[in-house]
Amino acid sequence: MTPIIQTENLSFTYPASGERLALPVFENLDIEIAEGSFTAIIGPNGCGKSTLAKHFNAILLPSGGKVWVTGLDTSDEEKLLEIHRQIGMVFQNPDNQIVANVVEEDVAFAPENLGVPSAEIRRRVDDALRTVGMYEYREHAPHLLSGGQKQRVAIAGVLAMEPACIVLDEPTAMLDPRGREEVVSTVSRLNRERGITVVLITHHMNEAAEADRVIVMHEGGILADGCPREVFSQVELLRSAGLDVPQTTDLLYRLRQSGWDVPLDALTPEECAEAIANALNADG
Amino acid sequence: MLKDITLGQYFPGKTVVHRMDPRTKLLLLIVYLVTVFLASTYASAALVIIFLVTVTWLARIPFKSMVKGLKPMLIFILFTAVLNLFYTKGGTLLLDWWIFHIYTEGIKTAFFMVLRIMLLVCGTFLLTYTTSPIALTDALERLLSPLKKIHVPVHELAMMMSIALRFIPTLIEETDKIISAQKARGADFETGSLIRRAKALIPILVPLFVSAFRRADELATAMECRCYHGGEGRTRMKVLRFTRLDLFAFFAGGLLLAAVIVLRHFGL
Repeated sequence: MTPIIQTENLSFTYPASGERLALPVFENLDIEIAEGSFTAIIGPNGCGKSTLAKHFNAILLPSGGKVWVTGLDTSDEEKLLEIHRQIGMVFQNPDNQIVANVVEEDVAFAPENLGVPSAEIRRRVDDALRTVGMYEYREHAPHLLSGGQKQRVAIAGVLAMEPACIVLDEPTAMLDPRGREEVVSTVSRLNRERGITVVLITHHMNEAAEADRVIVMHEGGILADGCPREVFSQVELLRSAGLDVPQTTDLLYRLRQSGWDVPLDALTPEECAEAIANALNADG
Repeated sequence: MLKDITLGQYFPGKTVVHRMDPRTKLLLLIVYLVTVFLASTYASAALVIIFLVTVTWLARIPFKSMVKGLKPMLIFILFTAVLNLFYTKGGTLLLDWWIFHIYTEGIKTAFFMVLRIMLLVCGTFLLTYTTSPIALTDALERLLSPLKKIHVPVHELAMMMSIALRFIPTLIEETDKIISAQKARGADFETGSLIRRAKALIPILVPLFVSAFRRADELATAMECRCYHGGEGRTRMKVLRFTRLDLFAFFAGGLLLAAVIVLRHFGL
């Protein structure tokens, strides 16, 4: 099966401009995103994760190597529209990606651009808004919504293109905890129920823990890649890259350091509690 | 404080006037404006007033908000009235004092000019009160679409207008935030001479412009990601359709224009 997104020896350098020197962001990256997967990309600020996301949608083109999206080469200008349609992008600032001043008109924007017939647009818009739980707000003005709601409208706007994959570039960075929860649960539901491939770029470890694969980027390279349990149990490695671990892992790690025999791969609070209870029982 | 500003106020509703096709309303406004200028007799002016009042009543727009809309025009209206009052000659001389001369004709002209301005303003308000900005831009785009043949960027202009409308509240909110931030650092916007106060605006405008450009850049990327590639091959979710209601509205508008022309012809 061809992966949805595949990078091959991907390198990218921001070109020199004026007094600024050319800035290499990453070199020789090989990443494959499988169809139907939920991948989180984490890393400290400036590690190139947002730049990488922009390559997944041909907003930026590689300075070296190739990016394939559903088998299409992103540097092929003729395939640009199809690539944009296949890969939906959601950005950090919800205000700067909402185009229209009525929620449903905004969701309709992408299918309108694609030349979808009116009745079909109506169906897609209603469906997308129901999926993200914003159907009751369809006639509202976007600036009156909360951050989490705006971001869900942005997700609906992308869903209306019926993409194979959604790439979210730090969608929760400007939201309060409730808004973050709304967005992450919406995204993971889309992945589970609709089988849409999700790439979530974040610096919140708890959000990354929801994914089924975590890629850790550091200084333009891949530091770790695996399921959340594997990745987060490498506490020292993550700390050395200046990254945090989820609170549950942190707690277990500290317990372990003070001599308790607990596993490090418990991610949810329930699993964590169970692991501690087991250790206490074993201790007698 | 800036949040109270509303541009092109819109009263949402489901009345017959609201349900009319925005293209109809736009075209009717043009017919109405012509009619107002043709109505130079008492009977025809009365007819236009009756028409306006009827439509306002049909749209369930409170008369109070009409009057409120006229308020900013007060100085302009007074100025027009005074100018016409003193500078029109004809009829009998009523007042002759120093450099002021008032003729009966002057009173009549002043009265009609004031009435016309008020009717014009109210008619335009009626359109913006009953039509959402997005419907208006949509109507404009469609009405002007024949101009595409002579390479007028109609779609682009309409898109720019609707994006501007979309970002007005966002930028107003941002201005509010910047003002608060600058005030917190001791900026003073309320005292001092006019020049001083104008200078105090610079620390507001600079960050506002920087952020507006950043927003524009991000919005452009987001639009591209959502497959925007100009107006070509674009469809719309809501298709504008003329209904019987629009036919009736055109009929009513045409009748008004015809009646005013006839009345004018007979000098009534």
